Amino acid sequence: MLAVDNINVFYGAIHALKGVSLDVKEGEIVTLIGANGAGKSTILKTLSGLLKPTSGSIQFLGDTIHGRPAQQIVKRGLCHCPEGRRVFANMSVEENLELGAYLRKDKEVKSDLEKVYVKFPRLKERQKQLSGTLSGGEQQMLAMGRALMARPKLLLLDEPSMGLAPLLVKEIFSIIKEINESGTTVLLVEQNANMALSIAHRAYVIETGKIVLAGDAKELADSDEIKKAYLGG
Amino acid sequence: MFEYIVQQLINGISIGSIYALIALGYTMVYGIIKLINFAHGDVFMVGAFVGYFAAKAGLGLFWSLILAMAVCAILGVLIERLAYRPLRGAARIVILITAIGVSFLLENLGIYALGPQAKGFPEIVTKTQYTLFGDVTINSVQIIVLAVTVILMVLLQYVVHKTKMGKAMRAVSYDMEAARLMGINVDTTISFTFAIGSALAGAAGVVFAVMYPSVDPLMGIIPGLKAFVAAVLGGIGIIPGALVGGLVLGIVETGVSSAGFSLWRDGAAFAILILILIFKPSGLFGKNVREKV
Ligand SMILES: Nc1ncnc2c1ncn2[C@@H]1O[C@H](COP(=O)(O)OP(=O)(O)OP(=O)(O)O)[C@@H](O)[C@H]1O
Ligand SMILES: [Mg+2]
Repeated sequence: MLAVDNINVFYGAIHALKGVSLDVKEGEIVTLIGANGAGKSTILKTLSGLLKPTSGSIQFLGDTIHGRPAQQIVKRGLCHCPEGRRVFANMSVEENLELGAYLRKDKEVKSDLEKVYVKFPRLKERQKQLSGTLSGGEQQMLAMGRALMARPKLLLLDEPSMGLAPLLVKEIFSIIKEINESGTTVLLVEQNANMALSIAHRAYVIETGKIVLAGDAKELADSDEIKKAYLGG
Repeated sequence: MFEYIVQQLINGISIGSIYALIALGYTMVYGIIKLINFAHGDVFMVGAFVGYFAAKAGLGLFWSLILAMAVCAILGVLIERLAYRPLRGAARIVILITAIGVSFLLENLGIYALGPQAKGFPEIVTKTQYTLFGDVTINSVQIIVLAVTVILMVLLQYVVHKTKMGKAMRAVSYDMEAARLMGINVDTTISFTFAIGSALAGAAGVVFAVMYPSVDPLMGIIPGLKAFVAAVLGGIGIIPGALVGGLVLGIVETGVSSAGFSLWRDGAAFAILILILIFKPSGLFGKNVREKV
């Protein structure tokens, strides 16, 4: 579904991604773990078209997407739910969700809105509320709901559990699992490696702009190397 | 005394609503690309001239307005495309200086093409005076200015809050990168913002010329600066702020000159600017917004 081949990305003189390759198959949850500043968000931003790689290629559903403007990538079904939620605080919950469906012209937007409200009942109660006044957990749900409104085929999630209480983290992860089971492929970036590895099929580990390990999520979760570096044991 | 005050309020609101129309363009453009578009007053001037030629050609107020708005919308989009877009991502001061350059360019092109002398604006609205009560009067030009302003404000509210493009504008001005992730075409949205802001300035140019029936290539400078003050007063980037800022400025100015200090009328605007920058730089409606990361 997604094939990233040897991409290099720079911020000015900073070489942030150094020949990164990875792939995601339809139906999977793939997680990308790594320390702060390793380049996880940079990978997602490059996939969604916010950044352009200086070399290498990105294929999505048979099309070359690197170098294309973000709106064309969203249109193909690759949606990025960014780090820090980035909800439009000056707009209501419902307006945020509608913006998620910005490029859709089909008649099912309304019914998808209801589906999002079923998945996140707390958003339903706060439909007209300004999203800037939501709690962190509610904003995360809104950000995910907003991404779902685009009907993604591949959903990129950047640290959805950031700053949330343990109970809420559990809830968010079980929702991610549900989203995946209903047919959406997920590429998940996480600091919470434990939780991420427990729901993912496969995982990549990134260190200072390079993929250093890749494999089955269960196996990685059991490997001593990973335990030491990322699972606090 | 009461009647006198009401009269001054009516006069102040009339001129203030013109400032408000211009201020909206400043504020919308600032809201979306954080640029004080110093060429905006000159777009207002171009609008007045389009109105002038339209009126000379025999068009009525309505079509003169429409034509001026259309020409200014296109002009605004062109300015953004040619002068500002290539500098996207450059330091703010670079774009600001470019805006001043565009302003000089429009003014001097105007002088070159049309000559520096002021031209009398044809009377497309017959001026009649209506008595409201006692000595308080309102004239047909004031009524038209108010009507045009109210109609355009309602339309603007509708566009900004109810249409897809309006939602895209608000999204881009809040968080450009997140807007991109929604699939919003940021370039188109910025063009659209320039089109709307410039069309409003064009309309303001025509009604201004109807009110003070003379047009010249430098006529945009002072109203442009005052509208800038109005936008800052209301809180730059905040649409209702521009409206209130324009009205307050118009009222203060009329108050100052009717109190016998008419020489200080223009000074009042800049005194307000200085005061607001000292005491509440974010403007009347401004919150202390977090700096975006
Ligand atoms: N806009 C930017 N300009 C310059 N350097 C940047 C920029 N954004 C990120 N970087 C640098 O690129 C590297 C990778 O950053 P990135 O945000 O991808 O890390 P991350 O893995 O997502 O980290 P975190 O877990 O903290 O979110 C870091 O060294 C960072 O300092
Ligand atoms: Mg990150």
